[in-house]
Amino acid sequence: MSSSLASLPGNRACALGAVAAGCRFFAGYPITPSSEIAETMSRELPRVDGVFIQMEDEIASLAAVVGASLGGAKAMTATSGPGFSLMQENLGYAAMTETPCVIVNVMRGGPSTGMPTRPAQGDIMQARWGTHGDHPIIVVTPASVQEIYTETIRAFNLAEEFRTPVIVLYDEIVAHLIESVEVPARQAIVTVDRKWAAGTERDFAPYAETDDLVPVMARPGEGLRAHVTGLTHMPDGFPTQKPEFASKALQRVLDKIDRHRARIERFETLESEDAEVVIVAVGIVARAARRAVQDLRAEGIKVGLLRPITLWPFPEGAVRKAADRARRVLVPEMNAGQLVLEVERLAGARGKVVGLNRIDGEPITPAEIAAKARELVADE
Amino acid sequence: MNEVVRGPFDIKDYLRLQLMPHFMCPGCGHGIALRALLWAVHELGFDKNKLAVVSGIGCSGRVGAYIDANTYHTTHGRPLAFATGLKLARPDLNVVVITGDGDCLAIGGNHLIHACRRNLDLTCLMLNNEVYGMTGGQVSPTTSIDRITTTTPEGNAEPTFDACKLAEAAGASFVGREITRQAPALKNLIKAAFVHEGFSFIEAISDCTEIYGRKNDLGESPEMILSQKSDMRPEAYGDVADQPFRPNRLPTGILVERDRPEYGRVYRQRAAIERDRERR
Repeated sequence: MSSSLASLPGNRACALGAVAAGCRFFAGYPITPSSEIAETMSRELPRVDGVFIQMEDEIASLAAVVGASLGGAKAMTATSGPGFSLMQENLGYAAMTETPCVIVNVMRGGPSTGMPTRPAQGDIMQARWGTHGDHPIIVVTPASVQEIYTETIRAFNLAEEFRTPVIVLYDEIVAHLIESVEVPARQAIVTVDRKWAAGTERDFAPYAETDDLVPVMARPGEGLRAHVTGLTHMPDGFPTQKPEFASKALQRVLDKIDRHRARIERFETLESEDAEVVIVAVGIVARAARRAVQDLRAEGIKVGLLRPITLWPFPEGAVRKAADRARRVLVPEMNAGQLVLEVERLAGARGKVVGLNRIDGEPITPAEIAAKARELVADE
Repeated sequence: MNEVVRGPFDIKDYLRLQLMPHFMCPGCGHGIALRALLWAVHELGFDKNKLAVVSGIGCSGRVGAYIDANTYHTTHGRPLAFATGLKLARPDLNVVVITGDGDCLAIGGNHLIHACRRNLDLTCLMLNNEVYGMTGGQVSPTTSIDRITTTTPEGNAEPTFDACKLAEAAGASFVGREITRQAPALKNLIKAAFVHEGFSFIEAISDCTEIYGRKNDLGESPEMILSQKSDMRPEAYGDVADQPFRPNRLPTGILVERDRPEYGRVYRQRAAIERDRERR
């Protein structure tokens, strides 16, 4: 069981991670800067008896992915902002019907067509709240090519374990960065499969509440003829508008994620224990922040970093703890200020949290972050 | 577990009786189309466990839930796209799509033309009642000229879509039309569509008595059904000179049947060749 080292661009690592996770169906539509994922899948999937299809648009792409997953396949699509917007309705359908699937969103400059080849982090809130209505969602946000590989695998495992759509969200820079990736031997990769219903009992309820709040799924063709609908439904799968059923049904899918936060959350800290200023950042910006922390520490300035790897649900406990200990919190991000809102919500004191933003399609540099952090340390 | 029902057709063998009474309006033609579909399923001896019914949104979308099969009530206009994924992942299932004129031709029009072009082995049954019934009776792409709807208070001025011509032009390898007045003929058409390997499109002319017929003085359900003729509603399509948008006559039966490679089969064959090449 030895791993191998490969030099890969981020988008290719994503596709290979998906196949390693057991993905056997991909439907997508070309869009910069995510197209390499589809291109790689079109080559890789036939080799493992999987199916790739290029659909007529992103709406159809996610529809086909959900359809394949309902049939029992681990399925994925990949897109960027404009396509991600088109997917929102069927994303809600996947959440409501509790259909596992993975959606990769490689972020580019927006809104609208924006800057297709430039990096951004403008979809942090759309990834959480893009589809209508209250809905559960898991979003992971890798910061390196290695992490794209491992987090894509984890995204599939989370999707299967919790029967929910999972979004892999990263920016154009890591998508096209070429880095060394340690590819584990196939047998060393842990994969999770959803719970399949066994038996053929007549009164099978496809959305019956279970101990872990994740219902078992009926595989079509094996005797349990279930109904699946985006309408609010009862445990038997059929629609209802009765208030007592409606609130229970929605609350369960929300609790399903909330109750398992500890298993879903993942974050990384660097020198945050005694930091006067703690930086909260994700993706490529977190890597710039890491460098800034190292440089400032070398100067004796107490700065630390908290990097959410699971973006949603947001690592509330960790952010609260770090913010409580620090005097100020700095949130650099490649948007006009999205992540900062969530950090402000948790940091408590007014004025404690400061943003550092770029919306010009250029990355935030370590020097910019260091300069802002220095300013905050000096500011009494 | 094989659950093929033998013997004479009894619709109750194929319905989820616990959901009865159904919620379709008195006089709605969709029930006849549902019966024809299940009748076809019965005569072909399909295993209910291997039958997958994918529907969209609207009155047609709600029909699927009554079928004792694997039923998927998806999003508006997208059932063909969902079905595409399901069929590609599970070629062993018989996948039928139940859709409506709004679902299939307006919001889902793009998916229809690409499903026709792709020729994956799906059977698409479009129930055409000329109106958005579920939302209260708005104009649809198949609403006849001059008809009154809640959004065409002065009468519809938009030309009508001929769904079968659209499907044919887009490459569907099987296209047919039937009226719900002729339930046995509709059943036979659906059977032929199921047997056909490739994408089959059927337009079933249905009736909306409550919301459409009443507004347009088309009579009660019996009158509306009796007015269905195999040379469908010529008045609905206006001047013959307006071809192709307003054909004077709508032919019924099998309109197109052609041999085109079924996409799923082609994909799997190519993949197998590729895998063989790599092994060597």
